[in-house]
Amino acid sequence: MNARAWVLGIATAIATVATVLAQGFAGLGTDAEGFAIPERGKALTFPQDHGSHPAYRIEWWYLTSNLTGDDGREYGIQWTLFRSALAPQSGEGWSSPQLWMAHAGLTTPDGHFHAERLARGGVGQAGVSAEPFEAFIDDWSLQSLNMGGDAYDGLQVSATGTDFSYQLRLEASGPLVFQGDKGYSVKSAAGQASYYYSQPFFEVAGTLKLPDRDVNVTGNGWLDREWSSQPLSETQTGWDWVSLHLDGGQKLMGFRLRDRTTAPFTSATWIEADGTATPFTDGALTLTPLEETRVEGRDVPTSWQVQLPEKSVDVRIDAVNPMSWMSVSVPYWEGPVRIEGSHTGRGYLEMTGYGPED
Amino acid sequence: MLITARDVRKRYSSSDGDVTVLNGVSLDLDHGETLALTGESGSGKSTLLHLLAALDAPDAGEITLQDTKLSDLSDTGRAEQRRQTVGLVFQQFNLIPALDVYANLTFQARLADKLQSEWVTELTDRLGLTDLLHRYPEQLSGGQQQRVAIGRAMASKPPVLMADEPTGNLDEATAETVINLLLELIEETGAGLLMVTHSTKLASRLSRRVHLSNGKLA
Amino acid sequence: MRLIALTAILAHWRRKPGQLVTLLLGLALATALWSAVQAINAEARASYDRASGTLGGSGFETITDPAGPIPIDTFIALRRAGWLVSPVLEGRILVGDTRVLITGLELLTAPPGAFPVSPIGGEDFNALDLITPPGLGFASPQTVARLAGSREIPRLRNNALIPDGQIITDIGTAERLLDREGEITRLTLLPDQPRRIPPLSEIAPQLRVNAAEESGDVGRLTDSFHLNLTAFGLLSFVVGLFIVHGAIGLAFEQRRSTFRTLRALGLPVRDLMLMLLAELLIIALFAGAAGILIGYLIAGALLPDVASTLRGLYGARVPGTLSFDPVWALYGLAIAVVGALFAAGQGLWQIRTMPLLASAQSRAWATASSTSLRLQSLSAIVLIVLGLLMPVLLEGLIAGFAMLAGMLIGSALLLPVLLSAVLSVGAKFASGIQSQWFWADTRQQLPGLSLALMALLLALAANIGVSTMVGSFRLTFTGWLDQRLASELYVSVGDAAESERFQAWIEGKADAVLPTITVEAQIEGAPGEIDGVIDQETYRASWPLLTAQQNVWDRVAAGETALINEQLSRREDLQPGDTVNVGADWQLEVGGVYSDYGNPRGQAIVSLALLEQRFPDEPRLNFAIRSDNAAALASAMRDDFGLDPANIIDQASIKEFSLNVFERTFTITGALNVLTLSVAGFAILTALLTLASLRLPQLAPAWALGITRQRLSRLELLRSVALAALTFVLAVPVGLALAWALLAIVNVEAFGWQLPMHIFPMQWLWLFVLAVVAAALAAFIPARRLAATAPADFLKVFSNER
Repeated sequence: MNARAWVLGIATAIATVATVLAQGFAGLGTDAEGFAIPERGKALTFPQDHGSHPAYRIEWWYLTSNLTGDDGREYGIQWTLFRSALAPQSGEGWSSPQLWMAHAGLTTPDGHFHAERLARGGVGQAGVSAEPFEAFIDDWSLQSLNMGGDAYDGLQVSATGTDFSYQLRLEASGPLVFQGDKGYSVKSAAGQASYYYSQPFFEVAGTLKLPDRDVNVTGNGWLDREWSSQPLSETQTGWDWVSLHLDGGQKLMGFRLRDRTTAPFTSATWIEADGTATPFTDGALTLTPLEETRVEGRDVPTSWQVQLPEKSVDVRIDAVNPMSWMSVSVPYWEGPVRIEGSHTGRGYLEMTGYGPED
Repeated sequence: MLITARDVRKRYSSSDGDVTVLNGVSLDLDHGETLALTGESGSGKSTLLHLLAALDAPDAGEITLQDTKLSDLSDTGRAEQRRQTVGLVFQQFNLIPALDVYANLTFQARLADKLQSEWVTELTDRLGLTDLLHRYPEQLSGGQQQRVAIGRAMASKPPVLMADEPTGNLDEATAETVINLLLELIEETGAGLLMVTHSTKLASRLSRRVHLSNGKLA
Repeated sequence: MRLIALTAILAHWRRKPGQLVTLLLGLALATALWSAVQAINAEARASYDRASGTLGGSGFETITDPAGPIPIDTFIALRRAGWLVSPVLEGRILVGDTRVLITGLELLTAPPGAFPVSPIGGEDFNALDLITPPGLGFASPQTVARLAGSREIPRLRNNALIPDGQIITDIGTAERLLDREGEITRLTLLPDQPRRIPPLSEIAPQLRVNAAEESGDVGRLTDSFHLNLTAFGLLSFVVGLFIVHGAIGLAFEQRRSTFRTLRALGLPVRDLMLMLLAELLIIALFAGAAGILIGYLIAGALLPDVASTLRGLYGARVPGTLSFDPVWALYGLAIAVVGALFAAGQGLWQIRTMPLLASAQSRAWATASSTSLRLQSLSAIVLIVLGLLMPVLLEGLIAGFAMLAGMLIGSALLLPVLLSAVLSVGAKFASGIQSQWFWADTRQQLPGLSLALMALLLALAANIGVSTMVGSFRLTFTGWLDQRLASELYVSVGDAAESERFQAWIEGKADAVLPTITVEAQIEGAPGEIDGVIDQETYRASWPLLTAQQNVWDRVAAGETALINEQLSRREDLQPGDTVNVGADWQLEVGGVYSDYGNPRGQAIVSLALLEQRFPDEPRLNFAIRSDNAAALASAMRDDFGLDPANIIDQASIKEFSLNVFERTFTITGALNVLTLSVAGFAILTALLTLASLRLPQLAPAWALGITRQRLSRLELLRSVALAALTFVLAVPVGLALAWALLAIVNVEAFGWQLPMHIFPMQWLWLFVLAVVAAALAAFIPARRLAATAPADFLKVFSNER
């Protein structure tokens, strides 16, 4: 899925040590010296590929979920674990070049909570194991319920911030979906690519803890897995990404990579209710900003027209809470949306690269 | 002769140029003589009195005070002359605010080293100041202050007393009392008196009267 | 009308340029000293914030294991339970001849700002260099220079905010440097913890949460220093305001007739007030701007000394250069305006309430009524008593300074009353009329001069107080150094092997060899150190004990008791006979307390044998050596044994270094003293100038009655000198009380030690001369002017047409 963290990933641990680490990541867009590079046609194998790939520069486990509370209100959560390698080795102890970053978000119609965690690999503060599957950092985790079958058939997720926490149970009602060419996803006209697969069919139930109340929730979830070593091309400035759960049971993943020099690069995958996926290359999907919201000094489009004519999709998406700003080391917008038009439903929107000057 | 002044001239510079105040004034005052100096406001009466009292020096002319030519004297000499020879009474009394009545009254006599306790006792008694000796000037009425000033001027029994409108700040009744006392003491001590006044009534009580006009005596 | 009125009002300054200069200078000086102190404080505070608050992660609560290092697994267990903690590995290594403190932080979890990121360092490194061998470290430029070329340490980058002798690096690098793999010295507890984390006792019950490092907290320690500076700044400002008050008062006084005429001509009083306010504002802004400029220059000149003082005394790092802060400048302007308004308040109020037909005559300064004098003495006494009660009522440094404030202001208020009494006694016993008049007249001038004299009193008292403190400090410190540094040579060696060789080599060559071991420890829960010493005559003869049990050295040697430093004793209220916690499960009886000036940390001394039993791996790296022929022995160590010369320090050079630090410590206070005194002198000058014109009517009769102008002028000079001398006499007890408060209360609160007070009469004599000279200088101009007054000017007093 998401090109999201292509850029985000670049800045992974920029966090507290911004200047220093930024230098470490400098020139990452084009240079993949020493790191493994995704190859077209290579089949993904499980459960190994649910785990981490230290030979690749960047990798993430990215979960979003649209939820409805027993109070009837709409909620959304995000749980993301990024891995970023300074060098293509793993290792024990403090000198391991593997760094970890995680973001948790919780959106209500009138509130947005978020938290960030950073960790060094090699000492056990964060990591991902494939068998049994667990992705964790500190007390946050995404782990398999071990229901038999694929590890992603059943998961539980938890995260805690200073003023919120959540614990959810996810059960898949459909198969894994491979993006692009059987999981090989092209990210620019120049050919940068990643391995990318998803589990968009989660039925979700659990509890959200807000500062003033606990809410029991149910809804849909979408997990993205992606890893690569060569992220964006140098002129790409940011992206807009959607994952949509349509009421007919179909799913749509689409993104638009904005480019300083040319028209945006778009990509989409149409997923039938049975999991059959149809990839669309550049140009098939159009994402058109409709309304902007001023958030943290930036103008961010929080309503979009999403069109995929080949599947007769022409919908308008609106943010449940236009102020869903993730004020973390590398800030971005991420939150749940409502869908109206040719189709109805719910989904998630992510937008990065909107600087204060935009 | 107690005082002789010959062809005394005095000019002051002001923003409108020099103003001639005294333009050749000559005057004599003998021992025991009382002289009234009258004239219009601004005619130079006070200036003449200040020159005769060695408070200031003329631009030209000669003043002799008790056989001493004032022009021969230094600043210190003139101060000595004032201390020893002249008793001064001003319209504004000009007592020294920091000192009490007794200290004010004996101030000049003690400066001149001519303090006579019996005389001071008599003086305070006659001036009606006996009960006020330890008061301060600000605690006295105008008449009382002027009596202290007269006492101060007479305490050293100077040969000449110069008074500049001594009753100018007093009401009529008080003025009368003060003048009577003053003249009484003058007569008794045989001192000469030069009094600047604009009051013809007062002037008529003195033995002689000169009038200053346009910088000259008439 | 208004324009003409304004012209009339402002014309005054053209006729009296001197008055304008006085006013501007007074206000500028007041603003300058105040702003200078503010700038210095702000600069220092900013660097503490940069350095102490965040760098290295101090200033946060910590978690430690009293039993020793924390394993990484415990750190992980805490993180996985939700605790936001960051590991720190810290220890000392010897690089060449230099002992270096290695502080290893974990850069991803450390609190924001704790890790020194590159702005000051070079740019030629990347993140990988930081976390993979050989690593990258940050240290002060001096440390970087000193360690240049050493192969044991990683590449170093300059960071001026790190204390000398410390390297901050990644925890992985620290592990390798200290050879302590898998160990964590302490965990930094981040301030914002998630909700609902399990208690520490469930995860790692052996761990303890410690308060943010307090005893070593640079901010708190240096607070006293800054409070000191602020007090001085405020004092100077107040003294400066006296000048302004005098000058404005005079300018208003002399323009009374103008004001009356303007009002008679129909200028509303409100307009008049507005014009005067505008005039004041313009003057204040000009003076304020000049003051800021002067203040900036003063601050720039003083800052290097302040910086070295702070470094020497507290180990706090402040760059010696000043940056210009516009907010500070605005603040300075505001202070100038507020000060001017404050000083002009009385004058403005009088003009506002002045009846239209009031006499245009200048009022002479009214003699203070006995009622108001009584009221003043009463409030003065109340203030002094309150001040003296402060140490009982309040805690800490504030109590000390509240006491000082009460005493100083009270004494200042009492000054006119006391002077008045002394002068009236003088008048009573005066023989001649001239001297009687002199005393009485002087007394009458008091109300007009008392503000300036109060300023002088404050300046003198502060001067006496501070110089007594500095002198006592220096004397005590020198004596203490002689005791503390009784041995002729101090030698350190690199490691255990060299230590063995050295001990074998020195055998028989010196009169005595006193090995010591120093161990870092948590003393009463705060970082401190324990020194192990042998039983030796040198200690018995000269160690600076303040209190001790009987036969304390025997008991120390027997391992029964420990000696603790005064700071620890005062902080934890420990006396001989009490028990002190010198580490995990290690308690010792306190046998005695010794003075330990200049050390912010707690320290304990135990027998070497006892310490070695506890820390068997700790090598003897330091030796004090007694020898009659230290120079020869030192060169033998160098040439025969091959000891690095940098490892041999002779007593004389330590003393010189230490005394240097303390000498510079009070340079700033000294400079401010002189400045304050000059301002007070200036205050006297302006007060006298103000009085001079008002005094003519008082002097004229004396002149008319036969006192020469020269004599009057000499008396004026004498009066000023006499008042200064009397003020000085009254300032001595106030200054001594101030010194006592500084030594016995403020010092204890600020540094943790008390100093005996010594008295330096020769300094007073010098100060007395200075005060008299200042007063004479201040009186010189008005006196000379009086001597040259034309008789005509005196005669105007008698003029009937006035």
